Amino acid sequence: MKQVTRYLPLVLLALAWELAARLELVSTTALPPLSDVIRAWIDLIKDGDLISNGTSSLYRAGAGLALAILVGATLGIVMAWWKPVNVLLAPLVEMFYPLPKSALIPVTVIWLGYGDGSKILLIFLGCMLPVTIGAFNGARSSEQALVWSARSMGANRLRMLWDVVVPSAMPELLNGVRTALALAFILLVSSELIVAQKGFGYLIGSLGANGSYDAMYAVVLTVAFLGFAADRLYLLITKRTLAWRE
Amino acid sequence: MARVAQAMSETPNGLPEKAARVVYRLFWAFMRVFSIVLLLATWEILARSGNFTHFQLPAFSEVVERIWNDAWSGDLWINTALTLYRALTAFLICAVFGVIIGMAMSRNAIANWFFDPIISVGFPMPKIAFLPVVILWLGVYDVSKISIIVIDAIFPVIAATVIAIQGVERELLWSARNMGANSRELLTQIVLPAAAPQIMTGLQVALPLSLIVAVVAEMLMGGYGLGGAMMTASRFANSTGVFAGIVEIAVVGYVLVKAMALIRRRLLIWHQETNDPSTA
Repeated sequence: MKQVTRYLPLVLLALAWELAARLELVSTTALPPLSDVIRAWIDLIKDGDLISNGTSSLYRAGAGLALAILVGATLGIVMAWWKPVNVLLAPLVEMFYPLPKSALIPVTVIWLGYGDGSKILLIFLGCMLPVTIGAFNGARSSEQALVWSARSMGANRLRMLWDVVVPSAMPELLNGVRTALALAFILLVSSELIVAQKGFGYLIGSLGANGSYDAMYAVVLTVAFLGFAADRLYLLITKRTLAWRE
Repeated sequence: MARVAQAMSETPNGLPEKAARVVYRLFWAFMRVFSIVLLLATWEILARSGNFTHFQLPAFSEVVERIWNDAWSGDLWINTALTLYRALTAFLICAVFGVIIGMAMSRNAIANWFFDPIISVGFPMPKIAFLPVVILWLGVYDVSKISIIVIDAIFPVIAATVIAIQGVERELLWSARNMGANSRELLTQIVLPAAAPQIMTGLQVALPLSLIVAVVAEMLMGGYGLGGAMMTASRFANSTGVFAGIVEIAVVGYVLVKAMALIRRRLLIWHQETNDPSTA
């Protein structure tokens, strides 16, 4: 019940949308009624358009993000663990971190064409640095007392990396991954809107170009919901993973 | 006696020590640019090695030449100014309204009831997906570009403001009230300064986001601007232009982020933690 009253404003907004469209307060091309959008969504599911484009989008986002987490986390932890790597890479990280990653969209297309490869590369490049920085900050702040006691108990460098540095990097690393997750969706949708032959962004663009705005709204809302759901799911998982800290 | 000893020890060692310090500083300054120079050199060598076509990887020197020409013809300045105008106007709107909405949410139960679910659902959404909807409503000109940036970048500001105000220490509020501060004074003299560091962090998230979205919006809607220029170059298969665009956007992004960190340090000079958290 409490949840219901909490999300009541969203319901009210949805009702206002429906009313505004039905009473033609705004043009129905610009804002088709919500009920039409839901009907269009069901049609899209039945056609299989939404499913097939959706799976290819999620595959791109998943592959790019997995690569970014793998490489980014390794890089960040090694940077914190071994000084020469830090000296070499820190200036590059500092230089590329503020780069608005959307600028890479045309370049990834030049390198890998219009298909999956360019999107995966873009998401990988765009999402890597937040993970790297999270892992680096986390690993660097591993408690000196822990490091000392591990060393006094005879842990060698590698053992220390695995048993002390990596676990203490975890919370900030997972925070970095959350930023990366949000970025992955942003980059996915924008790259697909600009250049693609399938995927959510492509579907939104082609439906909009055909003037079937209710279906376009349906896809837009689906993408927005998926981004939201992914974030919530991730929070749930990290809460489990970090339960040992309490 | 102590002073004499100090003077004695300083005179013979002073010069080499200073020199050592200069060498040390120079070494680290060199190390800071070393990897960047290495990267650019690798780029140049790879491009000239013939393993890549000119389309895939134009040489860095050509890209620099192209930027130089753009700078002389004035295109560079027009495009940069337009992108900055869009990103910064939207950023200012986000800063002002984000903080106002955040403050309203933490002071007013109805505002909180209304905005809280919208923020918590809207924050993690990829709002860039609404770009075609915004185009449908507002066209392809500056209004719609600025609107989509605001839609994307206002959420971190609101969320940071709400969390920051919640985190203001109660003792501060109590003692201020005890000393007779009215609610306006409480807000301007206690709450806002105490919340400033975290609000600033929210703004530091919103600024790069503004630039990301500005570039995407320009790419999709065309016209002038750094993103639009890149897209035009890409359509004509002019990869030198595309790479020039990346370098230009990278420089703009770097300058903006650094400027923001500088502003943070100036504004929060009284605060213990005056380093920027968002960049490495």
